[in-house]
Amino acid sequence: MTRNRLTRGAGIVAPPMLFSVLVVLAWHGVVTLFDIRPYLLPGPMDVLHAVSVHLPTLIGAAALTAQAALAGFLLSFFVGFLVAVLFSQSRLAERSLYPYAIFLQTVPIVAIAPLIVLWIGHGLAGVVAVSFIISLFPIIANTTAGLTSVDTELLDLFALNEASRWQVLIKLRVPHAVPAMLTGARISCGLSVIGAIVGEFFAGYGTQDFGLGYLIILTNAQTKTPYLFASVLFSTGLGLIFFSAVAALSSKTLDRWGGRDVN
Amino acid sequence: MTADPTSGAHVYATAVHKRFADGTVAVDNLDVEVSPGQFVALVGPSGCGKSTFLRLVAGLTGISAGTLTVDGMPPHEARASQRRLAYVLQDPTLLRWRRVRDNVALPLELRHMPRNDIQVRVNDALELVGLQDVGDMFPRQLSGGMRMRVSIARALVAEPSLLLLDEPFAALDEITRQRLNDELLELWRQRRFTCLFVTHSVQEATYLSQRVLVMGPRPTRVTAEHGVAFDEPRSATLRTDLAFVRLVAGVSRDLSQAMEERPAE
Ligand SMILES: Nc1ncnc2c1ncn2[C@@H]1O[C@H](COP(=O)(O)OP(=O)(O)O)[C@@H](O)[C@H]1O
Ligand SMILES: [Mg+2]
Repeated sequence: MTRNRLTRGAGIVAPPMLFSVLVVLAWHGVVTLFDIRPYLLPGPMDVLHAVSVHLPTLIGAAALTAQAALAGFLLSFFVGFLVAVLFSQSRLAERSLYPYAIFLQTVPIVAIAPLIVLWIGHGLAGVVAVSFIISLFPIIANTTAGLTSVDTELLDLFALNEASRWQVLIKLRVPHAVPAMLTGARISCGLSVIGAIVGEFFAGYGTQDFGLGYLIILTNAQTKTPYLFASVLFSTGLGLIFFSAVAALSSKTLDRWGGRDVN
Repeated sequence: MTADPTSGAHVYATAVHKRFADGTVAVDNLDVEVSPGQFVALVGPSGCGKSTFLRLVAGLTGISAGTLTVDGMPPHEARASQRRLAYVLQDPTLLRWRRVRDNVALPLELRHMPRNDIQVRVNDALELVGLQDVGDMFPRQLSGGMRMRVSIARALVAEPSLLLLDEPFAALDEITRQRLNDELLELWRQRRFTCLFVTHSVQEATYLSQRVLVMGPRPTRVTAEHGVAFDEPRSATLRTDLAFVRLVAGVSRDLSQAMEERPAE
């Protein structure tokens, strides 16, 4: 069983690893073969060098971005859950507000981020707000779907035992919605990192502290392209770490919840 | 647990009519009376309105005309009173995030029974259906037959005066089905709740019940009735008894006649 899992895990991990090695080799080949200037396209070695030189700065920036993204994600999870509960309890609320929830999904975040920062203010709050707004919709949509897709037979069972609305919510709808909520969380957590970085394009944390978004803008403006690449690399890594953490947490929760759907 | 022989509910229906919002008339002019503690089986063509009738008796949907009472009260009032009502469906409808014992505890939990009492009652109910060893498992870890037993334990844990079963064993294999038939009969013998049992199987209906009602096509009503008077307690040998086989044949004849009847619409 464990062995099986290991070999299967290797089967999943090996092909993309191999692919990335090939890409890095090709990248290196192209850069050296055509003698491309580092400020246009730095080679892998240039990026690695930038990473090693600026490591403390990169880590500091990533930590700040992670903090803002985590705050945005948790806020969207909490608020999204409450909104979904409201939707599940009132058809009127759902019908009148859902279109605006969809607006959250379709609005180009880069376009409204400056506005949000203008209203909320520079600093952590503004960045968290952008992260929160971009990661809110998947939570609302998935949790609402989970809360409202309860079998009528189960609703009958609760009615038969004179369950109150509150009991139906707490003992039936919410636990039933757990897998859907986790799906929403997995989508949202990646978005929250993107939101934090976009927020940092427009809002800083003061004169001393800055996140990856600011670093991207700064290194781009100064055409320090290897450093820019390093910043992007860290941003991607941060997104991956977020996603993996939430995915692992959600898989643990599902096991405790009573097992995954077989279908 | 209570073994009061008069603990069953009295079900009384006259001229019951049920018309759904979309205009479908599922039940028309239906008369049924079930005495306290009686075991009544319902057979009829699929789609005729058997499930609808059970849902009416449970107060899950309201009648459009006529009279329907459980112990002299409208079903939804009877349900709220101490005279409890339980429902078992073909699908065990267990909560997959709850362990077996917590599934069985649900009706008592919803009715705000103290925790300690719940624990005692749940243990009794699990023992009743022979599941005392799997209380801590999740539903997905059980076989179909065991899941159905959990569903029955959950129905019986509140000590209902009326048990409604809608094709409960239809999805199970024949052996499991017969075993559950005998278990259900034994439980009924001990507890004497009133029992309304819908099934596709004429054999099963005859084996279990004291009366078999044959229902006509939609809009349904009772088109024939057979009394079933075999020695109690019944056992598997009854299935090959000549009188039993004859009765099954008689009910089957009435059922196919009912199926041929064109509904008056
Ligand atoms: N909520 C509903 N609205 C409209 N029609 C319904 C509803 N529930 C059941 N019906 C219809 O009523 C008829 C009887 O259904 P049902 O009682 O489930 O039949 P049975 O259990 O005998 O197979 C069917 O034609 C079914 O489509
Ligand atoms: Mg049915």
